[in-house]
Amino acid sequence: MSEEKHAPVPYRTFINIWLALIGLTVVTVVVSRFDLGALNIWVALLVASVKSSLVIFFFMHLRQESKLFKIGLLVMLTILAIFIGMTFFDVLYR
Amino acid sequence: MSQTSTYTGFWKESPRSGILGWLLSTDHKRIGIMYLGCIVTMFLVAVCLGLAIRLELIAPGPTIMGPQTYNATFTVHGIIMIFLFIIPSIPAAFGNLIMPIQIGARDVSFPKLNLLSWYFYVIGAILALLAIFSGGGAPDTGWTFYVPFSTQTTTNVNLAAFAAFMLGFSSILTGINFVTTIHRLRAEGMGWGRLPLFVWTLYATAWIQVLATPMLGITLVLVILERTFGAGLFDAARGGDPILFQHLFWIYSHPAVYIMILPGMGVISEVIPTFARKPLFGYWAMALSSLAIAFAGSLVWAHHMYASGMSDFAVLVFSFLTFIVAIPSAIKIFNWISTLYKGSIQLAPPMLHSLAFIFNFAIGGLGGLALGAAAADIHLHDTTFVVGHFHYTMFGGTGFAFFAALHYWLPKFTGRMYQHKPALVAWALLFVGFNITYMSMQAVGIQGMPRRYYDYLPEFTTLNQVATFGSWILAVGLVMMFVNLFLGCRAGDPVGKNPWGAATLEWDIPSPPPMDNFGPKDPVVSKGPYDYKGVVADEY
Repeated sequence: MSEEKHAPVPYRTFINIWLALIGLTVVTVVVSRFDLGALNIWVALLVASVKSSLVIFFFMHLRQESKLFKIGLLVMLTILAIFIGMTFFDVLYR
Repeated sequence: MSQTSTYTGFWKESPRSGILGWLLSTDHKRIGIMYLGCIVTMFLVAVCLGLAIRLELIAPGPTIMGPQTYNATFTVHGIIMIFLFIIPSIPAAFGNLIMPIQIGARDVSFPKLNLLSWYFYVIGAILALLAIFSGGGAPDTGWTFYVPFSTQTTTNVNLAAFAAFMLGFSSILTGINFVTTIHRLRAEGMGWGRLPLFVWTLYATAWIQVLATPMLGITLVLVILERTFGAGLFDAARGGDPILFQHLFWIYSHPAVYIMILPGMGVISEVIPTFARKPLFGYWAMALSSLAIAFAGSLVWAHHMYASGMSDFAVLVFSFLTFIVAIPSAIKIFNWISTLYKGSIQLAPPMLHSLAFIFNFAIGGLGGLALGAAAADIHLHDTTFVVGHFHYTMFGGTGFAFFAALHYWLPKFTGRMYQHKPALVAWALLFVGFNITYMSMQAVGIQGMPRRYYDYLPEFTTLNQVATFGSWILAVGLVMMFVNLFLGCRAGDPVGKNPWGAATLEWDIPSPPPMDNFGPKDPVVSKGPYDYKGVVADEY
């Protein structure tokens, strides 16, 4: 964590993010009622990624952190994407 | 001899005296010794279980135990050996003891976290042992906890899975600590090109620990959820996918194979140059091949699943990727042999164990290629060939590397030398016993004997008896080795700071090392780890 102090984030931002998270949860539930075939998983992962990004960048203040931490997160996400992606060599071709 | 026998180094220098001086110590050496004590104890427990399995298989039909006890015995043998011995053996014990000194640091980056990781290990160990004697009886799923059986059996799977979860936490914390320490606490002059190979392998291992172990935690929690609440994640009848469990499990557990073997390779890379009196051949190839093994090894998990009903396309992809891992592994084997070429070889006990490592690991590695080839694997899958194969890599590889590390570094930390002659006899017994046991298992596996079976056809009897006979030789070798090391630690001849004539930093400080490792002045590194010019071994 960097030692410098960040400018305080207004409450309004947090409330907006909270509303966005609730909205995205509704999207997840609604989308699950439709069968989009192979796209099911992509939509679910997309929504989950956006939600976790919002939490990490705003609630966990990654937005104000140095580039190193952002790169660190990117590396982790890439690895997770590789793990999930390679599992689809199985799931998509069964 | 530079030290007198009354010098005790970090064993006596501590702000607290007595048992609390150990249990509350944040010193990396004391934590390393505590890990070592626990790990060796767990190893001996699991060896006894292994011997019991082999004794049961000495003849077809029931011999010394019933089928349910047999299932529990191989499960607990696996869980203890994997999670409580091999994974933490070299990284947690010798990594803690050696790595900070080798990079010129006085401790790891997060000493309190280091102690916490030991406590997590102990809690995990206690839970694993409790799981045997409580609830519905010892778990009988095998160490892999495969669904659907693990979600249906009435044995104590929840507690065993939670124990493995705790042990995973311990492993993650060690990984975080080591990555940070190697990045931030290297001494002046200790560039990446001067890191001992042991540190390089610990670095690669630590990354796998941090990145892959959480997958195990998640997977085991899902099994517990499935068992407790019937979540349906792995139940095909409810829209779940049983093969998903195998993917999740092996996404961690295959990289974990490299958590097990890489630090062993690091030990061998330290021992061989020292006893060949030659710089290590191909330093950068060795360093980078560790990272390549860590990376490529993380992408091959589904080669455990060719017979699971996974898609043919996935079989093709994972089979191809599996062969790629052979390249950096072969780089290591060839470079060790090139280091030996024209060296002034001394067959001291650590060197003999290292040579046994190369022999055993080469057999295990080549067997791995046979299993990585999908067509051959369909025949060999779930036979005792697989059991023989992974014992060649895990025991013949990591186990012998651990023994090499014990013989190489214990004199540094106890300040005393064991007897060489019994060590050589013990090594010979171990090597011969090991090969008789596991070569027989590989052979009977090729003939078609399934693994984990309580009973077998009469035609498999001879090779099973040979394997059991080999396990007794192995056991005698183990007893002899540990007794000799124990007596050496307690009452062996005192040694100076550099009994082997090695060139890495730990041999520049007294044996045993003082509490702060380097005295008042921080070390400044001006030569490479395998630069033996002017380095002379102390007599002992």
